[in-house]
Amino acid sequence: MHKVLENLRYSKSHEWANLKDGTISVGISDYASHHIGDVVFVDLPEVGRHFNQGEVFGAVESVKAAADLYSPVSGTVMAVNEVLLDTPEALNEDAYANWIMVLKPDNLTELDILLSPKAYQDHCAKEQE
Amino acid sequence: MKQTHLYDQHVKLGAKMSEYAGYQMPIEYRGISIEHEAVRQRAGVFDVSHMGEIRVLGNDAAVFLNDVFTNDIYLMTPHQILYGMLCYPHGGIVDDLLVYQKGENDYLLVVNAANKEKDYAWLVERSTSCSVQIIDESDQYDEIALQGPEAQNILEKTLGISLKKLGFYHFEEQIYQGAPILISRTGYTGEDGFEIYLGEDSCKALWKQLVEEMNVEPCGLGARDTLRFEAALPLYGHELSDSITPLEAGLGFAVKMYKDFIGRDALLEQKENGIPRKIVGIELLDRGIPRQGYRVLIEGKEIGALTTGYMIPTTKKPLGLALVQSEYAKTGQMVSIEIRGKLVSAIIRDKKFYEKKYQR
Repeated sequence: MHKVLENLRYSKSHEWANLKDGTISVGISDYASHHIGDVVFVDLPEVGRHFNQGEVFGAVESVKAAADLYSPVSGTVMAVNEVLLDTPEALNEDAYANWIMVLKPDNLTELDILLSPKAYQDHCAKEQE
Repeated sequence: MKQTHLYDQHVKLGAKMSEYAGYQMPIEYRGISIEHEAVRQRAGVFDVSHMGEIRVLGNDAAVFLNDVFTNDIYLMTPHQILYGMLCYPHGGIVDDLLVYQKGENDYLLVVNAANKEKDYAWLVERSTSCSVQIIDESDQYDEIALQGPEAQNILEKTLGISLKKLGFYHFEEQIYQGAPILISRTGYTGEDGFEIYLGEDSCKALWKQLVEEMNVEPCGLGARDTLRFEAALPLYGHELSDSITPLEAGLGFAVKMYKDFIGRDALLEQKENGIPRKIVGIELLDRGIPRQGYRVLIEGKEIGALTTGYMIPTTKKPLGLALVQSEYAKTGQMVSIEIRGKLVSAIIRDKKFYEKKYQR
């Protein structure tokens, strides 16, 4: 059974977003990390780049395949988690403790489009059918 | 969707299953990296029952096959195996396959699962004026591949026979638990090993013995692909297709220009006027993993595309095979690979990512 944290918002493409002090950290859900399998590489975005909501900002890759990452909100990259370059498997160990990037969001109302924990749980259940 | 006769075994072992060529196939059990390493270090066992088997027999079997096959059927003796291709008249590849000579004018063709219907139809269409029988025997044969440096020891112990005299690309018929099986010293991993063709009951019994008694690592299609890639063995749909010729794919050793076969004229023309593209090795110099379809560029100009790419599980090297214009197919040529809109620098290199360990 995969974990869904209560304090986060989720995208249908399995990223989570965490609003704190006006910035949003972004990662992948526990469900996604299981689905991808053993993560061997994380393709991080460049600091300073701007992404629109839903735009590809990087990828999480297993031996077999690359899974694109989609920005859950529009914003500018303030930081990336470089620890993941050397220990990509951290995403399998704890997908919520390991953020991938921090965004300075353009517009906080975009968070409202994202799924609540309950709605995300239902979304995953539907995908698994 | 079809299942192989080992489906229940795969589920019991906790395999991740996925559709491949119309079959529910195991992709990985304990993990691609573990399985890849097991085959390189000791041994791994694969369910490859999805492969197609087409029997060609009759008075004209040799003549007919030699006319559609790029390699020379007459180089074979019974119990020998030959690798080669079926080509279209324009030189593109219908499929790559192994031909097993069972007897005089009696051959078994082992073809790619995804191509078996196409191959069968292609052969039948071309055989109308010949005295041959072409039979799709795919449903009669299950297939297990046992690969790795310990494969011979393990199979000898399991079957209670000696395989010392079974040469590379040769096969022999044996009896296993009262049923006939065919053992060939072939494989798709770059290691020594065997491919064993057998009926349903024998297949289930041998799989169980290898996995449960001999402790051989069960391996899925995931590791099968990383292993064949590391050994630079081509896969149809990647390095081979109806728009890539055997010469472009670097398979000239299995194309005999001195005899006639469908596609020869086109290949001869390529040989004389220059082969337009070539499959080369690619190594990334920056972080990233090359994948099929990524573009290969030099100073913004596209010169080709990746056909397969991986971060090799054992060495962690980001390597690829790519089909590029021949003028740039030089070792040491600097190129860029476009990955999600970003350019990553890479170098063209030989395809010898791994030194093959065949027993000759």
